[in-house]
Amino acid sequence: MINFFKKKVNDYPDYWQEYENSFNKKPIEDPSLVRFVVLDTETTGFDYLNDRILCIGALSLVNKNIALNQSLELFLKQDHYNAETAKIHGILKNGGTSCISEGAAMKELLGFLQNAVIVAHHAIFDITMINRALERNGLPRLKNKVLDTSNLYKKTLLNSNVFKKKEHYSLDELAEKFDISQKDRHTAMGDAYITAIAFLKIRSRLKGKGQLQLKDLLKMG
Amino acid sequence: MKNTISHRVADFLKNFPPFNVLGQTDLETLAQEITIVYKEKDSVIFAENDEPHPHFYVVNKGAVALKKGLDKSIMDMCDEGDIFGLRPLMAQENYKMTAKAHEESILYAIPINIFKPYAQRNIAVGNFLIESFASNTRNPYSKSHRGKLYDEVPDLNPVAPDTQVLDLQSVQYSKKLVTCTATTSAKTIAKRMTEKKVGAMLVVKDKMPIGIITDKDLRNNIVTGKYPITTMARDIMVSPVITYNKHMTITQAQMAMMKSNISHLCITKDGTPNSKAIGILSKHDVMVALGNNPAVLIKAINRAKKIKSIKQIRKSITQLLQDYLDQNIPIKLTTKIISELNDACVKQIIKLSLEEMPTKPPVKFAWLALGSQGRSEQLLQTDQDNALVFENVPEDRLIETTDYFLKLSKLINKGLFDIGYDYCPAEMMASNPNWCLSLEEWKKTISQWIINPGTDEVLLSSIFFDYNITYGDVNLVNELSEHIFDATKKYPIFYLHLASGALQNPSPTGFFRQLLVEEDGEHKDSFDLKRRALMPLTDAARVLILSHSVKSINSTAERFEKLAELEPNNEEIFMACSYATRALLKFRTKHGLLHNDSGRYIAIEELTKEEKIKLKRTFKTIKEIQELVSIRFKVSNLLR
Repeated sequence: MINFFKKKVNDYPDYWQEYENSFNKKPIEDPSLVRFVVLDTETTGFDYLNDRILCIGALSLVNKNIALNQSLELFLKQDHYNAETAKIHGILKNGGTSCISEGAAMKELLGFLQNAVIVAHHAIFDITMINRALERNGLPRLKNKVLDTSNLYKKTLLNSNVFKKKEHYSLDELAEKFDISQKDRHTAMGDAYITAIAFLKIRSRLKGKGQLQLKDLLKMG
Repeated sequence: MKNTISHRVADFLKNFPPFNVLGQTDLETLAQEITIVYKEKDSVIFAENDEPHPHFYVVNKGAVALKKGLDKSIMDMCDEGDIFGLRPLMAQENYKMTAKAHEESILYAIPINIFKPYAQRNIAVGNFLIESFASNTRNPYSKSHRGKLYDEVPDLNPVAPDTQVLDLQSVQYSKKLVTCTATTSAKTIAKRMTEKKVGAMLVVKDKMPIGIITDKDLRNNIVTGKYPITTMARDIMVSPVITYNKHMTITQAQMAMMKSNISHLCITKDGTPNSKAIGILSKHDVMVALGNNPAVLIKAINRAKKIKSIKQIRKSITQLLQDYLDQNIPIKLTTKIISELNDACVKQIIKLSLEEMPTKPPVKFAWLALGSQGRSEQLLQTDQDNALVFENVPEDRLIETTDYFLKLSKLINKGLFDIGYDYCPAEMMASNPNWCLSLEEWKKTISQWIINPGTDEVLLSSIFFDYNITYGDVNLVNELSEHIFDATKKYPIFYLHLASGALQNPSPTGFFRQLLVEEDGEHKDSFDLKRRALMPLTDAARVLILSHSVKSINSTAERFEKLAELEPNNEEIFMACSYATRALLKFRTKHGLLHNDSGRYIAIEELTKEEKIKLKRTFKTIKEIQELVSIRFKVSNLLR
């Protein structure tokens, strides 16, 4: 039995093993020490099966600091693309910036992520898109813990009968509420930046309810 | 790594010295190494005597206060684009001041080891640094050196900027020149002066000033009939022009104007009439610089063309408020003046927003301030509560009309946010479709509240019924008030609910007459001045004044005064309430200014014995007025 498992693990490339091993470290609870990776993906569409990732933007956030020399922006080579979405995202097929294959992008992403806590807006979409890409390259799903700024934001709102919360809040609404410049909106990196600042502001507003540990955040969103 | 965000950082930095002299490639390289730092309000970035960080800071958003000494007096305030914490890094010494986030801020931390080579290689950058460091020791507060590299001030005692060293500040002149040539006709000149809202026109030749024509010259020469309206500028202009260079101080400017008995000075490149004219300085500019005078501030607000400039004026208003409190000016007067000024700011924002809209409003409307703003009791900036009412329109035009006003409200709400009024957490703002209605819709909504007064309805009406018109058509508002009086007369049960709502605030003191503090949450162990002391008075005043159908008196203290007049037998208690309200408001404002917050929560241990006694004295009054309300509206114990 043990051999069976071992064998299976060995099938994956080294970078996956390195990624997986990073989770063996004792998890950190103090949110000021935890490494968060705030990410956003731009895709050809919203279909999990047929659409592909165009671009990934990811920022590393430790103790309320975003170091720009530790960020990741990947443009992916496309086999098929949809002219409509390309218009929105302003990324043309293989245009301008250097593009890499999906497999190479996944390698870069895993190396960057390690055991960080992922933060994204409507995270389920980005995570699923990435997991599909991993699957296509013969890799398992992401193992990271995930926080969704959309859910966290709702927790900052007043609980009152006078005021009805919405089911979903868009990134635009958050940017407006928190006065974050919407420059570079609809580029993966630009959206990741808005998400990161929104995440920081949400955390400072949630703090009113006592010092937040990571597990509290995870419970909320 | 080069990416979208480092581009954005570089784009921001290139607008500010010394980064503006760096080339695009250098700037991009520098930007890639920057760390973006988020700081909550009141969090410390570095403290006095701390060892220097490996980076210095540029403010991207928000504001950072530099403080010094035991009393932590503010030495300087850094805004967007200002650099701080650089000098100790260059001099390799510890920080001489404490830097604290005055507002929620985003900073760019720039590593010194990356930046230093640029300072050494690039002469312009180096000069900028030397000049700023030098000027710091000469006069660190002067406005002309603002936004540079403050950090250390060895010989000077901390003084409040804008007051004591004001005379030595350089003047802020208007850089947008309105000029004409020697052959322009008097009529054209007058037209353009009206258009540009200026009091003087500079006559130039090859960009050099050759003469000046002021309102007074036009009056004396043209309106009197001495010259025809077609006269050319050269025949009526005053010449030569008195010129100075831009480094003149406020005192110099005042002296120059008095000496030559003129109202405008021309600023030229080298200070002589033989160089390019770069600006004009009017008596008004000097007055504004001298600052804290309500009349000047109002004028400045009405002239503001940008929301950003209103934000600056708001700072002067806060300073004025502080001065009034320090000088113990009666709070009644203080409240009036500050409310007027705040009102003027909101009005100007509405005007600017209206200009921004592609079309004029389709029908008449009115902008309502709600809550404390409506009661003219908002001295410090808190959340915004507002609503919009517009004239009734036929059914088929309702959607487009509502859309128009929602768009307008969104602009106004954003404008208010930009000058420091936070968004209302419960979204009681005109950009919320529930708070932007036609007169008919509002009447329906209010009737709903009055006929079915549940807890929510009572809460909503207690916020809404303190409305006050800030801008627009007063008839709409009067009609709304009439509707409320009619409806409440028809359904007197509403008074009972409103009254019981007024009695639901928690008691300020416990069994042993000790102050009751919050037991948990963010404000644990502090006293909630708003909920436990101010709100009971405000709520009581509202229900009593409503039952007398008195409109357009909104301030709680004034409502009690009116009640004292209407019910002479209760004069004593009502006057006591009026006094208590003012005392509490002053208390709250003082604490708010001290802590740079809304002043709602008070730390008990910070109070002096005298303050505690003062506070407790008002509680007796609160208890008495609550009893009166309870008996008058027959609020049974069961309902409470």
